[in-house]
Amino acid sequence: MELPSRLEGNVRVLSPTGRIDHAHADEFQAALTGYLAECRAGGVPVVLDFAGVEYISSVGLRVLMLASRQVSAQDGCIAIAALTPLVREVFEISRFILVFRTFDSVAAAVAALAPPA
Amino acid sequence: MKARFWGTRGSIPVSVTAPQVRAKLIAAVAAARNLPLDAPGAVEAYVDSLGFDVAGTFGGHSSCVEVEAGGGEPVILDLGSGARPLAGDLLRRFGPGSPRTYHVFMSHLHWDHIMGFPFFSPVYIPGNRIVIHSCHAEVEHAFRRQQAAPSFPVDFGQLAATVEFDVMETDRDYAIAGLRVRAKKQLHAGDSYGWRLTDGSRTLVYSTDSEHKLDRPEERMGFVEFFRDADLVIFDAMYSLADAVSVKADWGHSSNIVAVELCQLAKARRLCLYHHEPAYDDAQIARVLADTRRYEEISRDGPPLAVDAAWDGLEITL
Ligand SMILES: [Zn+2]
Ligand SMILES: [Zn+2]
Repeated sequence: MELPSRLEGNVRVLSPTGRIDHAHADEFQAALTGYLAECRAGGVPVVLDFAGVEYISSVGLRVLMLASRQVSAQDGCIAIAALTPLVREVFEISRFILVFRTFDSVAAAVAALAPPA
Repeated sequence: MKARFWGTRGSIPVSVTAPQVRAKLIAAVAAARNLPLDAPGAVEAYVDSLGFDVAGTFGGHSSCVEVEAGGGEPVILDLGSGARPLAGDLLRRFGPGSPRTYHVFMSHLHWDHIMGFPFFSPVYIPGNRIVIHSCHAEVEHAFRRQQAAPSFPVDFGQLAATVEFDVMETDRDYAIAGLRVRAKKQLHAGDSYGWRLTDGSRTLVYSTDSEHKLDRPEERMGFVEFFRDADLVIFDAMYSLADAVSVKADWGHSSNIVAVELCQLAKARRLCLYHHEPAYDDAQIARVLADTRRYEEISRDGPPLAVDAAWDGLEITL
């Protein structure tokens, strides 16, 4: 899975696309690894831009749970932005909406996660 | 084939509480305020128009399902506290003086799945034969211990019926009570077993107290095979997915999301959510059901999967 990445200020914005399902969850997890390592206290916060994610299944959600646990153990900050209505529903039904900070837009997420200047 | 649910709650029996009854009454009376209810039958029709979580209840007995199949001999899945009302109904149906053979298939031996046995009145009637099928070698010990002093007034040895224990193997077909029966090992503390029952053309799968680890694809495919083309899958959907993979990981239960995914992959026709969280009230279970139906719609990639949430008294004809 391609995981386009950019820095907005000191915030890492990652933009997965397509379906994060049984066929793609492992690649998604592998692509996340390096960025999660940096996502620690005093490091680089991560915003997952979900605008291009069409669908996420249980195995994809599991990858997000592991990411969330790793980041909180490192005192880092991670958030998800721009969920499409359908993927938002999956987050609500699975109660992952309670696990992650979510924002309507990438800009709002970056503003919230950016370390104070 | 017919499935009748007598106990559908997970872990421990619960009852509707006084504050919950009050909340149901308030919801019903408030919604009726401006309705004309004077005509004969209008009140009944109004009550029947309310949601099941307001006008009814999912009930609180622990695991027990009756399967009515071709063979005519009663078939029961687990003996949780729901076995007591089941016994009453069986005696009403069969009359007091008609001894029979009862077949019970046990998922495992945790209290919530065996506690109804001492209250299953056919065990006190001479001439009855009760065969308890299980894949746990210690099944007899668990049933005897449950009734031993000082925990129960009637010792197992005093039961009037003949009780037999049949320790079975997994992953092979047996012919029992006119059914083709197969067991599968599941992930749960001390192990649990799922049951696949086939009666001619209809298949029911009973899979409770079963955790599914999402990073084990070969195990997932094993369950897809076990559920393959089932007409009904009764599935432990006790937790949300978020809880099942975090705070309640390794607690031995699963979620509605995994239930739908496995049933879709297996092309099962109907899913029944089961082993409800005892902390949930009726409104919460109704919400889980509505959510699950919506998730089925969102994730559908083939023919639709019908979704129900089990309640004490639900009857499903396959
Ligand atoms: Zn249980
Ligand atoms: Zn159990």
